[in-house]
Amino acid sequence: MAAPDAGFADPVLRLSTAYYRTIVAHCYDGLPDEACGLLAGPVDADGHPKGLVSAVYPCVNADASARTYTVESRDLLHAMRDAQSRGEDLIGVWHSHTHSDAYPSDTDVRQALEPSWVYALVSLKHAEPVLRSYRIREGVVAECEVSLTDS
Amino acid sequence: MSVEVRVPTLLRPHVGGVATVSSDGATVGDVFHALIGQFPGLAGNLIDDDGQLHKFVNVYRNDDDIRYLEGLDTKVTDGDVLSILPAVAGG
Repeated sequence: MAAPDAGFADPVLRLSTAYYRTIVAHCYDGLPDEACGLLAGPVDADGHPKGLVSAVYPCVNADASARTYTVESRDLLHAMRDAQSRGEDLIGVWHSHTHSDAYPSDTDVRQALEPSWVYALVSLKHAEPVLRSYRIREGVVAECEVSLTDS
Repeated sequence: MSVEVRVPTLLRPHVGGVATVSSDGATVGDVFHALIGQFPGLAGNLIDDDGQLHKFVNVYRNDDDIRYLEGLDTKVTDGDVLSILPAVAGG
């Protein structure tokens, strides 16, 4: 998908295969409900993510729903503290779509509040999970490339 | 009472881009009203038209969700940390 302006979907999200497996496992563990979690990483002076994922935090879906998710606020508090204690910050959130594609739903777009964040979706619709990530700004969705790394 | 208020990324443009601000008050509500006086852009983001905590915001006093304390009437003391957390949600 073409980004609406240069740099909109930059930088590439760099995710280790170990973190990828943590994310996907948490999504399967959450079935039949949607599962969710947070991503942390280094940010620049303006608070924009540099693209590296340095920690993943599986969280409780406070909605306990197959259709919606809300990250449990206490999990959010603890993840934010952990990231900020390292001079980093939260850079995004992931959640699963149990029976639909790895693309933000209308609800996802409407409720995406953080323009600098990465919104990752894991689709469990098929036998193999599919993870894709996006920036969502003022209702505009742009895909953000995910690069899986060894370390 | 001087307390530290941690501001989420979303609201930082309203407070000059910083992650933490200090403010005064005897309750969470006092602190928020003082903050809104200082940073008017926060007005509609913290407290709704009925004077209640905005439903898309969670606030913790140190380790406690103020919804399970006394809401905006929750007392604060010197050195407390208030963390403002956006609702992270979707479908």
